[in-house]
Parts: sequence; C-alpha cells; structure tokens
Amino acid sequence: MTPLLSVNGVTKRYGAHIGCADVSFELYPGEVMGVVGESGSGKSTLLNCMAGHLTPDAGQVIFDTRTDGPRDTLTMSEPERRMLGRTDWAFVHQHARDGLRMGVSAGGNVGERLMAVGERHYGDIRGKATDWLERVEIASNRVDDRPTTFSGGMQQRLQIARNLVTGPRLVFMDEPTGGLDVSVQARLLDLLRGLVRDMGLSAIIVTHDLAVVRLLADRLMVMKNGHVVEAGLTDQVLDDPQHAYSQLLVSSVLQV
Amino acid sequence: MIELKDVSKTFTLHNQGSAVIEVISNVSFHVAPGECVALTGASGAGKSTLMRMIYGNYLTQSGSICIDDVDIVQAEPREIIALRREVLGYVSQFLRVVPRVPTLDVVADPLRALGVPAEDAQNRARELLSQLNIPERLWSLSPTTFSGGEQQRVNIARGFAHAYPAMLLDEPTASLDATNREVVLSLIEEAKARGAAIIGIFHDEAARARVCDREIDVSAFTPGLSSSSEAVGQKKETAA
Repeated sequence: MTPLLSVNGVTKRYGAHIGCADVSFELYPGEVMGVVGESGSGKSTLLNCMAGHLTPDAGQVIFDTRTDGPRDTLTMSEPERRMLGRTDWAFVHQHARDGLRMGVSAGGNVGERLMAVGERHYGDIRGKATDWLERVEIASNRVDDRPTTFSGGMQQRLQIARNLVTGPRLVFMDEPTGGLDVSVQARLLDLLRGLVRDMGLSAIIVTHDLAVVRLLADRLMVMKNGHVVEAGLTDQVLDDPQHAYSQLLVSSVLQV
Repeated sequence: MIELKDVSKTFTLHNQGSAVIEVISNVSFHVAPGECVALTGASGAGKSTLMRMIYGNYLTQSGSICIDDVDIVQAEPREIIALRREVLGYVSQFLRVVPRVPTLDVVADPLRALGVPAEDAQNRARELLSQLNIPERLWSLSPTTFSGGEQQRVNIARGFAHAYPAMLLDEPTASLDATNREVVLSLIEEAKARGAAIIGIFHDEAARARVCDREIDVSAFTPGLSSSSEAVGQKKETAA
C-alpha cells in the first residue's frame, strides 16, 4: 500500500528559532494521527507546513495524488497546490471564523467549495449544502442564515461541512474542539469519528487535549521544542509513555 | 495462535529520579486455537501488564509476541490496528466510549469497523445485549451513565460482537451477578468451541476452573517477587 502522505525531514526556522525540526512520518489511507505537545512545541507550524500555508526551509511533503500518484506538494506549482487544497485536502481551523466567510450564508459557505471545483447547477449545490448541514446537525431552515448568527459549536460544525463537502481524502485539523464547551465537544467528536469511518478519511489532528486524541487518533506523535520526541500507537503512548516529556504530559492531566 | 518468546518489560520513570522497575522477565508460552489460558498471581504480579503487552498497549523491551504471524513488539502502529480490528479482541475492565453514542452503536462498532453493514451489525448487537440482560429501554442511551455491572456487560457485548480468533479477557466476570456470570462463561465456551485462543485473568476461581485449560503463574516471572520455591523463569503450569 502506498502512503497517502509521506513527510520527510520537514524543518521550519523562524530566524534563529526552531519552529519544527526534521519531522518525518508516513500516513496511510484511513489513518488518523494526533500531534500533541504544549503550546510552542511546533505542532501548528508542522501542520501549516504540511498543508502548504507555510513554506518549510527543508524537507518534502509527498502526497499520493489521484491522477499522478505520489508528488512533492512543496515543489508543485501554486495553482496545482491550490486545486489540491480545494479538492483532496481540507483544513479545519481552530477558530471557525478563520475557515468560514462570515458575511456569506451557511449554504453559501458550503456551496462555495462546490463551485470552486466546477459545480454550477444552483439547485444541486443548494441540495448538497442542505444535506451536509443536516449531516453536521444544523437544521436545514438555517441554510440562509449567516454564520455570525450561529453559536461557536455550530460555526465549527459548519466549517467541517464546508471542508468535507468535496469528499477530501486528507483532513488537517488544528485544535478542532478547542474553545468549545465539553458537551458540544463530545458531539463534535462523535460526528468526526463517524465521518472518518464512513468516508474513509485520513486526518492529522493537532491538539493539546489528550482525551480528544485517545478517542479520535490511531497514532500519536508527541512534540517538544520543535522535535518529535515520541511516536507510536495512541494508547501505547498514552498508557506507557517512554520519553520523559511524554510521561510528564500524561501525568499532568487532571482527573475528572 | 499466540506465541510469547523471552518477553521482558521494564518501566523507566524519568520524572521520579529515573527509577527503573523490572516488571516481567523472560516469559515464554504458547496458546493454541481453542485453548483458554489463565494468568494467575497475586495483585501486582504483572498479570494486567503482560496482557497489555500482548495487546500492544504497553511497549515490550525485548522478546517477541506473535499473534497470527504479526510480531506485536516490532509491528508498525497500522499493523497493530489492523490486527486489533480483525484478529485480536480485548475485554478490559473499563468501558471507554465517546460520550453520547447509544449503547447499541457502541456494541455494533467493532463490526462496523470491519465493514459489516449497519443493519447486520446492530442485529448482532441486539442479540448480545439481550443475552447479557441489558434492558431494551437502555439500548438507545449512552452507557456512560450506566451502573458498573451494566457497563461491564456492555463492554463484554462489544468484545464478543466480532468472532475474534484471539481474545484477551481482563476479569470478565468481575462485578457480575450469578445469571450474567453464567452468560459470560458460556460466551467464553462458545468462543473456545469455534477455535479462539484466549488468555484471561480471573479472580473468580470457579470460573477459572471451568473455562481455563491451563494456568500460568505470572509471579514466577516477576523479578523480586520470585523468592518462593519457584525458580525464576520457570513456567508453572497446572492442567485444570
């Protein structure tokens, strides 16, 4: 089996400061990988380097494209990479406002991505948008409302609908449940898990919440000061951490 | 089916003065299809640790643990995940679920992960839940609010939903009443009859005597606990 994504030696420096250093891993179709670490550990830098939002100083990000097989997305032309960003890739931001158009209706937010890949029939687009709003549990009578009238949890679910409507194969998520209250978080986790299983998605989830990765991720990577200090099966890293920092991280979680 | 060779495990506690604790050294044994082996030994002897090593939940420092030609000690995470999905079942003592998911879906989940259609998976879940005496009115609720015994039974139903060729059972009959204990024991007997290789921890001696073919005393492999007449590294096996 070909990996969906191969990351080789990705390094990003901010001047003399290290963002992330020499990160390598392979992600296979259907796998969900969590990246954890304290703030400043480089996890968001890594995610943004992989998703093409930042240009790494060194390394390769090889994606198994539908048409041409494995290609390094860092050496792709900008239009090709943008096309990938609209079709096979999705990026769920921590703050839904960063991933949504706040001045456009909920249906428009979902429909925009469909139009970006060439759909032109208004009825079809509206139909698909309504269908996706229902899949993320937003009532269909809210399709014409703007996201500004939505709660934080609804905005986050709308962002997920907007991202998944084009049937991506790889989803990057940056703290998808951060800033949401726990009951909304549980609902979102349940939704994400179902979508990952039913659509066979691969995903990379950056979070500092260990409970979230335990439920969603198959594999886990622990980062500290820009370096990957430990990687493995999620429950193995959480239940039997090997590195001093992972042990500290796991033992610092408050029991409820 | 399950083959352990010279398996050893140490814990290094980096944040507590880098203390190194040797938990298990040089365990070797084999479990054949259709056989049920009990892990015995006093609390703290390393029974659960050994079981978690076999499941790939704890990292093994040396030796090999082969299940269906996959060596858990060397395998990539995705190989272990595939093995757990298809071959290796585990009934732990605690139920861990996504909040808000109905009991029926929790139990059907292992089958859904194998690609079984929702309808068939739910039918199997219904069958197991009624067999384990979980009232039908609870099926649509999340098990997070259930009593300890009910959660344990949901966990067992989930563990037996798919006919795994290898199974690990951590105290499956703990906190169950006589009727449900009987149901669980018959589920184990059925699994053995269809050829599953089973490793179990049973504090319930009568249950152990009934379903287990052999016993392995884990304390014989625990450094520091083996000061008894038992020589370190020697297997203690008694036919049931």
